[in-house]
Amino acid sequence: MTEMTLVQAVNRGLAEAMRQDPDVLILGEDVGVNGGVFRATEGLFKEFGAERVIDTPLSETGIVGAAIGMALYGLKPIAEIQFLDFIYPAFDQIVSELAKFRYRSGGQYPCHVVIRAPYGGGVKGGLYHSQSTEAYFAHTAGLKVAIPSTPADAKGLLLTAIHDADPVMFLEPKRIYRSVTGEVPEGDHRVPFGEVQVVREGTDVTLFAYGAMIPPSVEAANTLSEEGISAEVIDLRTLVPLDEKAVVASVEKTGRAVIVHEAARFCGFGAELAAILAERAFYSLKAPVARVTGFDTPFPYALENVYLPGTDRIVHAARATVRST
Amino acid sequence: MTSVPLVGVAGIEGTSELSPSALLEAYRWMVTARVADERCLSLQRQGRIGFYAPLAGQEAAQVGATLALRPEDWVFPAYRELAVALVRGVPLSEIFDQLVGNSRDRIKGRQMPNHFGFRAQNFVVASSPIGTQISHAVGSAMAAQKRRDPIVTIAFFGDGATSSNDFHAGLNLAGVFRTPTIFFCQNNQWAISLPRERQTRSATLAEKAKAYGFPGVVVDGTDLAEVYRSVGEARRRALAGEGPTLIEAQVYRLGPHSTSDDPRRYRSDAEVAEARLRDPLHRLKTEFLATGLLDETGDQKLWDSIRAEVARAIEESEQVPPLDPHTVFDDVFEVPTPRLEQERAEYDSVTPNGGSKP
Repeated sequence: MTEMTLVQAVNRGLAEAMRQDPDVLILGEDVGVNGGVFRATEGLFKEFGAERVIDTPLSETGIVGAAIGMALYGLKPIAEIQFLDFIYPAFDQIVSELAKFRYRSGGQYPCHVVIRAPYGGGVKGGLYHSQSTEAYFAHTAGLKVAIPSTPADAKGLLLTAIHDADPVMFLEPKRIYRSVTGEVPEGDHRVPFGEVQVVREGTDVTLFAYGAMIPPSVEAANTLSEEGISAEVIDLRTLVPLDEKAVVASVEKTGRAVIVHEAARFCGFGAELAAILAERAFYSLKAPVARVTGFDTPFPYALENVYLPGTDRIVHAARATVRST
Repeated sequence: MTSVPLVGVAGIEGTSELSPSALLEAYRWMVTARVADERCLSLQRQGRIGFYAPLAGQEAAQVGATLALRPEDWVFPAYRELAVALVRGVPLSEIFDQLVGNSRDRIKGRQMPNHFGFRAQNFVVASSPIGTQISHAVGSAMAAQKRRDPIVTIAFFGDGATSSNDFHAGLNLAGVFRTPTIFFCQNNQWAISLPRERQTRSATLAEKAKAYGFPGVVVDGTDLAEVYRSVGEARRRALAGEGPTLIEAQVYRLGPHSTSDDPRRYRSDAEVAEARLRDPLHRLKTEFLATGLLDETGDQKLWDSIRAEVARAIEESEQVPPLDPHTVFDDVFEVPTPRLEQERAEYDSVTPNGGSKP
């Protein structure tokens, strides 16, 4: 075990996979000599060379399109998109091609690409370096979506993603790239997809969150505990596949749910979670499901802390949920 | 034809490198594609297949290009490449299995007719979005480079695709990494209703290659031998580490864009009639008659036997049982997620007999 930041854990995960398997390679903008704008690929160019850490021209659709071709041929490409906000030129390649290759070929052409992209706000990035648009990808059949919140999960989920047989969107919470540190196991550490992490157990209300919303959710649970409210915090870890069993079981226990994400509320991932709870845990619910999310506005620059869910909004929603019954 | 500089190709003159037997084989594929085309248009009108995108006018381009490849090369087609599939060795019956969408269809009825894929023939499955396969061909070529595999990849696309994002992205990447890729553009003059001159102000599509730092060449796509030579030369260059080539094969789409299209809304019958004078099948047949490689009787026999062969393949594919409805949930992922299993169970609980069965 070594103590490190989340972005260092991503780096260690990449290095581990590349040492294990010569078919694993990285391509993206500034990932080579520069080590990535967030330094996620630091040192990899030196260790693995230009043939496996490929600096590409500035073209997201080219990066993902080429990665698809590599994967069809049998390599295991990891494409880095510098910011999730810049992924849209590649959206056609991801949604129309990557997500559908296995299906549309009747299983003849599986297409395993991992797309890494830093997402989310809180870094003074304005409209185009802050968005949290995981729902677009979770909505698309054929893609898996993983979002770590700890260094150990960053490495463990990433290694699982790289060894998975299907395309994976690996979204990294850049706000906590360096502010969160933790022990990370050495070697081939893997965290399975489709299994939530119960970050903190509780009995009165469940806070569902992922990625950069875990720290404020845990802080909210601490505050609530001082008021005598026992909040369970569940880290979803993967939106697809979703550990629906654990989601439902937690609400069967607590009877209340607060869903936290920084993406806009309307048609955000929380809407699906709320629908699942309505379908499968309706008779356990003691209060309406609450959502604490970004607003239905574009992501603002100067007022980003108004937009982003903070501990106070989470506490307020949880309190209201508990006190309503 | 006008020729943008392409090292080597311009210098090759004279007789085709295709032997007489290869020429006859090529003609056979071209006739097969034409017969399949004619039958498919009528099958669609009769409601026996859902859709079809004809390739009439493009047979020499497709057959000539594909004959210049080796089986280990990778083909990235668009959705009009039926003749390419034939020359790659895909049996007619497998093509019709896909057009019909039966339980033997290699892609399990997942896509509209023409969007087939055949792994055994390195014929990657097509999609409908235009130009997306271009960068896949580049990525696969980069993978082959990394593995030191002596193969090339070839992307088939039309004139419309040269305006797509992925044409630019793919050709730019190919130039930067000098990938062993052949970009084979069948300029059939019409992107549904948009004529070639409205697609780009460039004098030729081939000249766009210059901006990406590699050669582009214009060839007469109705001339089997010229196409064969140009693709062969592009392949040689690719394997010699000289990088990609863009080939613009000038053809004419004699039929509609697809069975959903009425070309009389945007082009005149006179224009089509003029293009028919350069029908690649007639052109090759005329050559054969002149050289004695084939006579009228032999030609008639060939058409008759191919018509019978195509009819048999259609009949066979229509006899194959339909798809099991449960397969709709397969191949989303390697292993279905619990949610997909749940949806399959839901489907079963509503339709215990298995959906479409009586």
